[in-house]
Amino acid sequence: MTDSCATCLRRSHLLGHLAPRIADLLARKHRRVVPGMLGLDDEELIAAVAGAHAGEAHRFLETFDASVARRELERMGVHAACAHGSAYPVRLRDLRDPPATLFWVGSDERLASLTREPAVAVVGARRASQYGLEVGYSLGRGLGASGITVVSGMALGVDAAAHRGALDAGGPALAVLACGPELAYPRVNRGLHGRLVGTGAVVSEHPPGQRALRWSFPARNRIMAALVELVVVVEAAEHSGSLITADLASELGRSVAAVPGRITHRGTAGSNRLLREGAMLTRGTEDVLDELFGPGARAGPDTPDPALETLGSSERSVLEQVEAGRGGPDALGLELRLSAAAVRAALGRLEAVGLVVRGALGAYERTAR
Amino acid sequence: MFASVATFALEGVDSHEVTVEVDLRRGLPAFTVVGLPDASVREARERVRAALLNSGCEFPLKRVTANLAPAHIRKAGPSFDLALALGVLAASQQVPREELSRYAVCGELSLGGALRPVLGSLAMALGARRAGYARLVVAVEDAGEAALVDGLEVLGVPSLDRLVDLLCGRWRPSADGPDRPRASREEPEPDLADVRGQLDARRALEIAAAGGHNLLMTGAPGVGKTMLARRLPGVLPPPSFDEAVEITRVRSVAGLSPGGLAERRPFRAPHHTISPSGLIGGGATPRPGEISLAHHGVLFLDELAEFSRPSLEALRAPLEAGQVEIMRGQRTISFPADVMLVGACNDCPCGRLAPHCRCTDSDRARYARRLSAPLLDRIDILCELDAPEFSTPTAYGAVTSPPGEASEPVRARVREARERQGRRLEGTGAGCNAAMDARLSRTHLRLSPGARSVLSQAQAAGGLNGRGHDRVLRLARTIADLGASSRVEGEHVDEAFGYRLGSSARAAA
Repeated sequence: MTDSCATCLRRSHLLGHLAPRIADLLARKHRRVVPGMLGLDDEELIAAVAGAHAGEAHRFLETFDASVARRELERMGVHAACAHGSAYPVRLRDLRDPPATLFWVGSDERLASLTREPAVAVVGARRASQYGLEVGYSLGRGLGASGITVVSGMALGVDAAAHRGALDAGGPALAVLACGPELAYPRVNRGLHGRLVGTGAVVSEHPPGQRALRWSFPARNRIMAALVELVVVVEAAEHSGSLITADLASELGRSVAAVPGRITHRGTAGSNRLLREGAMLTRGTEDVLDELFGPGARAGPDTPDPALETLGSSERSVLEQVEAGRGGPDALGLELRLSAAAVRAALGRLEAVGLVVRGALGAYERTAR
Repeated sequence: MFASVATFALEGVDSHEVTVEVDLRRGLPAFTVVGLPDASVREARERVRAALLNSGCEFPLKRVTANLAPAHIRKAGPSFDLALALGVLAASQQVPREELSRYAVCGELSLGGALRPVLGSLAMALGARRAGYARLVVAVEDAGEAALVDGLEVLGVPSLDRLVDLLCGRWRPSADGPDRPRASREEPEPDLADVRGQLDARRALEIAAAGGHNLLMTGAPGVGKTMLARRLPGVLPPPSFDEAVEITRVRSVAGLSPGGLAERRPFRAPHHTISPSGLIGGGATPRPGEISLAHHGVLFLDELAEFSRPSLEALRAPLEAGQVEIMRGQRTISFPADVMLVGACNDCPCGRLAPHCRCTDSDRARYARRLSAPLLDRIDILCELDAPEFSTPTAYGAVTSPPGEASEPVRARVREARERQGRRLEGTGAGCNAAMDARLSRTHLRLSPGARSVLSQAQAAGGLNGRGHDRVLRLARTIADLGASSRVEGEHVDEAFGYRLGSSARAAA
């Protein structure tokens, strides 16, 4: 379905046409963020960024044929809705510089329902720690199971983990890309892209075929911030893109939450600073639900980890000891009166089902799921 | 006048025949050795001349030319002395020439005419039998080792004049020849009874021994990693005769042989500063490295994370193939290297115990990354050792806790498990479970429904890929063998999972 008027469609394609110019301009000024530029109208935008290429940009505007663009969208299976259309997510209108057209892959009804439900963005570092990945996954899973739309950027690390969690729980999941929505970027997440298209939606302000550029990531973050009611930052270093999302969200009046990290760890300095500045401290799905619906108004999903169900009694007691951080296998055996073989078998089972994880040097840790 | 004498030159742990041809001509007295001799072989001229004269023989006042055939291979070392001397004696008709064709000789000469032992006499004896010689003359010290080869009469001769007597029929070495001597009693092998506590690590050691699995132990310094590793050869079944001959052969080539058959499996623990060629062998004249010296035994790499990356990478192919191949010029020399690898490392880079350790998580992660991934790929068992807590009265009371189980019963269980494997794997080329490849581990494993469900559960949880699957199965098979079970049960798979190497790279989903 293409629910986009010719002007808006033309504007979105103009942005695509000018994307490399914007990149040049920002590179010259050593900046990452487009300062209000996307809110300018067509002529102003050309004047601001096109420079010597202004004539070319005008020719592009004059020769643009909306019907050709629509056929192209049809052919690629990409849907589009402009700000004047009914399918356009209402929350995007809060932006000062809303995308003229929103493109997406996935069914129409699904995007409508995804953006009608309360939505939460779970974002964080690409190079996240194991802990960050587990927390991202478990938040995605918990929120997804509660019927909350989990929004993220499909980046490596926390973003992808959150998407996987939501999809694994069969919950609504939505990805906002910095390139055309039909492009799986980064490539390693193409499997995830497929799953998102299959049961969720992948949206973008860029027309199909548009490549991701440096500036389009912070620009994408404003859409994430607008689409949700709450942004949870799982792990973010200083100057991370996740902090841009958090800043944009608080400007838009959305809540900002963060998962505490170690104060000695540089990879969580940014998210810890958010907490210091008043972001809501998040320990898990329950905290997010309390923030959205008021304390206790909506209980967390009653989804005990299916892996827990399969455990025998000795495995449970070994798991408790690992959770308490007690001793190696010998100490466990003495404490629980189990043979060395039985302790190993219990640890092995726990690891096989993903409840504990083994470090490179052998120590066991409880996973965050 | 011309004579030729057979001798043997070492090449890796094998030897190849070298014919020493001696020609006497009228002319100015001279002694020339040709046939690519290196400096040590050219020096033989002086030893041969002095030894001959000091043994009451004559050194011909003629132009003496000796050739070492085949002439295209480099010759090194003093083991050609005896053949050169004998060649000169035969060419000058001081010993009967017709007898010589049945003899091969190997030995270094002293200036006084005494025979000295050479490296690799066992390898040379094997070469002599292969080449069809009936008798091999070696120094008395080498006779015991060389006599391990059947179908060859080994004559231990103390000196050159005795050899002349022997060839002239005036003397015989003691009637029954050198008996097959056993290695002189070394200090007793360390026993597992010395290890108190560490039940988990003892179990890991037993499993490793039973299936021939490579093992990595981690833990604070002083918890007993080295102590346990030293006891591993003692719980392995003693080497078979053929294995013992192979062990002796490598040791003899390296000059480490005490002069008889090796009765024990070797235990080699090279220091972590060792070079790649020290570890896998090398040099201008290739010599066996530590991995070959540990052949049929245990190669223990303490402080595994401190070994240089090139050293560890060099181990990969030998561990895979069970032998080392070294290229020299156009020739490839191979050394046997069928070892059990045992690695040990601290659980943090500083190596101090918990309250004193100031290592951060990133220090630890960096330390763990130093373990070479391709090498870890060859390790089936990871076992973390606890620091003993002397304060807990139940655990490890250093004085009160009883000694651990001795090596003997453990060895008996290991032998039984190995026999089960031997029967099952007969004719497949794999000697133990650890040697099973992916195909064998699929065809030679019977899984109970319980075991299948554990595996599929792990696969569903995303924690098991194809390669990991095979490794877990191999280990589970060994655990089942120790439990005398013909089928792999769920609990065996569980335990195998417990020893599996940690994967810090396994993502949350």
